[in-house]
Amino acid sequence: MATLELTVSEDVIAATVQRTRRLGPLFWTATGWMIFVFAVAILAPVLPLPGPTDMDMLERRAPISALHWLGTDGLGRDELSRLVYGARISLTVGLFAPVIGITIGGALGLLAGYFRGRFETLVVGSMDTLLAFPPLILALAVTAYLGQSIFNLTCILGVLGIPAFMRVARASTLTLARREFVIAAQALGASHARILLRELLPNVALPLVAFFLLGVAVIIVVEGALSFLGLGVPPPISSWGSMIGEGRESLEIAPRLAFIPAIAMFLTVLSFNLVGDTLRALTDPRQGAL
Amino acid sequence: MFGFLARRLFYLVPVLIAVSLLTFLIASLLPGDLAYTILGDQATPEKVEALRQDMGLDQPVWWRYLGWLGQVLQGDFGRSFRTGQTVLQAVAERLPVSFELMLLAEIGALAIGIPLAIACAVKSGSAFDRFMTGSAFGMLSVPTFLSAILLIYLFAVQLHWLPATGYVPFSEDPIGNLRCFVLPALTLALGEWPVLMRVLRSDMIATLQEDFIAMARAKGLKPSRILLVHALKPSSLTLVTVTGINIGRLIGGTVIVEQIFALPGIGRLLVGAITTRDLIILQGVVLVVAFGYVLMNFIVDMLYAVLDPRIRHGHA
Amino acid sequence: MTAAPLLSVEDVAVDLPTPRGNLRAVDGVDLTLGAGRTLGIVGESGCGKTMLSRAILQLLPKKAKLSGRVRFDGQDLVRLAPEALRKLRARSLAVVFQDPMTSLNPVLTIGTQLIETLQEHLDLDPAAARKRSVELLAAVGIPAPEARLMQYPHQLSGGMRQRVAIAIALSCEPKLLIADEPTTALDVTIQAQILDLLAREQRRRHMAMIIITHDLGVVAGRTDEVAVMYAGRVVERAPTPVLFKRMHMPYTEALLAAIPKIDAAPHTRLPAISGRPPDPTRPLHGCSFSPRCRYVARRCHAEKPLLAKAESSDHEFACFNPIHIEAGVSA
Repeated sequence: MATLELTVSEDVIAATVQRTRRLGPLFWTATGWMIFVFAVAILAPVLPLPGPTDMDMLERRAPISALHWLGTDGLGRDELSRLVYGARISLTVGLFAPVIGITIGGALGLLAGYFRGRFETLVVGSMDTLLAFPPLILALAVTAYLGQSIFNLTCILGVLGIPAFMRVARASTLTLARREFVIAAQALGASHARILLRELLPNVALPLVAFFLLGVAVIIVVEGALSFLGLGVPPPISSWGSMIGEGRESLEIAPRLAFIPAIAMFLTVLSFNLVGDTLRALTDPRQGAL
Repeated sequence: MFGFLARRLFYLVPVLIAVSLLTFLIASLLPGDLAYTILGDQATPEKVEALRQDMGLDQPVWWRYLGWLGQVLQGDFGRSFRTGQTVLQAVAERLPVSFELMLLAEIGALAIGIPLAIACAVKSGSAFDRFMTGSAFGMLSVPTFLSAILLIYLFAVQLHWLPATGYVPFSEDPIGNLRCFVLPALTLALGEWPVLMRVLRSDMIATLQEDFIAMARAKGLKPSRILLVHALKPSSLTLVTVTGINIGRLIGGTVIVEQIFALPGIGRLLVGAITTRDLIILQGVVLVVAFGYVLMNFIVDMLYAVLDPRIRHGHA
Repeated sequence: MTAAPLLSVEDVAVDLPTPRGNLRAVDGVDLTLGAGRTLGIVGESGCGKTMLSRAILQLLPKKAKLSGRVRFDGQDLVRLAPEALRKLRARSLAVVFQDPMTSLNPVLTIGTQLIETLQEHLDLDPAAARKRSVELLAAVGIPAPEARLMQYPHQLSGGMRQRVAIAIALSCEPKLLIADEPTTALDVTIQAQILDLLAREQRRRHMAMIIITHDLGVVAGRTDEVAVMYAGRVVERAPTPVLFKRMHMPYTEALLAAIPKIDAAPHTRLPAISGRPPDPTRPLHGCSFSPRCRYVARRCHAEKPLLAKAESSDHEFACFNPIHIEAGVSA
């Protein structure tokens, strides 16, 4: 399962030649899929699909047909429609949670890397404490105490991502703050705020955005896992994870009920990972990302 | 060596305190009444009030924290309202199962990852290498529960080779016990081997370019010895780091896997506590798991010193 | 010499593909070395001397292309099967690298690195191998050898580490030892000790030795013969005393002049060679040294000079405009 923490840097070989290869057909296919899923999710209400909650008890677990392009599930609901509406949920959580991470974590990391000193120690220390918990356990515990809802889920998953974004922002800031353009700005008497916003932020933003995409992939997986167990998005709302969880019961009779949303999730996560990883390799001011 | 150990232990204490504080605070931030939630549908105003006094919920937070911490240090993690079992009893029952799962999973990941990493490092740049690296990347995008479903479908539903769920204790039936763990451990291993393999591979590629490898070749040593002794040992440091990081993910992974494969481990205990709203167990289990996690990371740090003598002597 | 030479390098060339084009690191080198004799290969960094040593040892990087023959002890190493080559190593052919901090494995003990060589090639049992290791360490002048076996490279000083590397190289009584810049990474005060150690062991074991260095001072008095390399080729080759007294190559003269002399007046400027070595990916038409040569003539730019014999058959040089001086420098 993907992690909410940073992975250790893996690319030792300098990749000037590889850089141009990275933006190849695979990259663009992945980007295309990302955009496609996003568009379909947004346009869901206007698409000519049967409602995702319309049950047809006579057509339960129906196979693929002209009426139901992907068949129906255990309660007679149209699979394709459920797939599309499930995308909305998965993507909502998947996109909004990392936003929390990138804004709060990014800001903390930027400030910590710039001001150093006790503030930095405090920030890094509290992040380390948060990281002392296995993330899934923490997510489960908090949703147990606060109750299941999309809002709660998004918030806790967002908070869990803060340490990772903080680390990325801080690492980039530490590298950049020593470079000439920052020292030059300081020599010219620029205020802290100006340096942070005009000089550092645009440069730190690039690796952060790459990491954001990786974060989306992770959150989709974590939300999927929680919903699969019935502990993520509250029923009757279903995301891809919930669909896979429900499809598990029909594995013997109609395996496609589990595998279709599974493939959709896999392709989406893979695309975000590919694009994010490529961008990370291209925009990191240093070789490593720790 | 002992100075090193002592220093590390010293840093451990504040982390453990912080962890306990955080765990306690999460429990305290419950909106509404904890006692009410615990009693659930058995709640009457008198019972709620009695329970509140009994649990000391009318005291200030920091006072309750210290009281709770005191209890914890004496080994009293609390008692479940449902089953009457103490947290420690419940955990002790279930810990061996989770432990066995994690161990088998990590062994599986290493058994897949290490040979592949070595093969790819030696054949770096070849079609085989690129294929395996690509597969590793793809595998990272497959969530644990997806692998689980796939494996269940293949091996249990279609081939009927292995059981989909169930658990037999080792003491009763060793073979049966291991059979029950094959699919769950494999599921987790499939999720872990890519990270292991990629890290070890890049580390070994770098190591293989070092002068001492050329020296080992110049000495006419067997290629297997050069790979496994001269190249693997310096590269294994990062492997230990990743294995250590993996433990955190594994702990999370066991929650899912135990639930899917119905293994009576800590993860299942946790999920059960959530669904039955047994918040005392929940708090206790979270604390135990977090403590264990911190300790595991500490052990990983210790392993560093064993593997790289330069760290032991304070040189690295 | 009527007996066949121990080592015979015949028209060896090494090509390295790089993003900027083909790099000819070694451009057709011929060398011979008899058993028990020492050869010094001297040249600036980048002249190809290290690549040449790697070519002889068959330790070139994967991408390198080797042509020519390397005859050693009656066999052509280039065409030898890998397993046969492996068995040859340490027993017949040994090497000491430049930097012992990187050529010794940092996570293995000194003892392990010595004993594994002995066990691999001499088939000794652990106790015998251990005993022999202690003897070897003592022979190279390392104090408290038993204790050293359990230590790691970083616990020793630079000079000690190089002694260990030498001990490892000598452990299986090789017929040929190649020392690639053995003292460059060491303190000046240690350099003489290490070189003397090498010379002593070479004499004692009647071992052939090649010393590769950029410093002419290193080979003076310690080698039988010297080959000067420039831009991938041997440009002058002569018995050592002859080279120092009657060199013909302007490059050799310049190298010699660049050595600081103890009897020079204080604050004398060191006559460095102006300019830089040529870019190996863009070889020149004419003589490679022509841009920097004091005696350059028109012909030098147009044609490449080949190695030609001087007065005696064991002195060769490649120059159209050689110098004929009696250098007053004693080695």
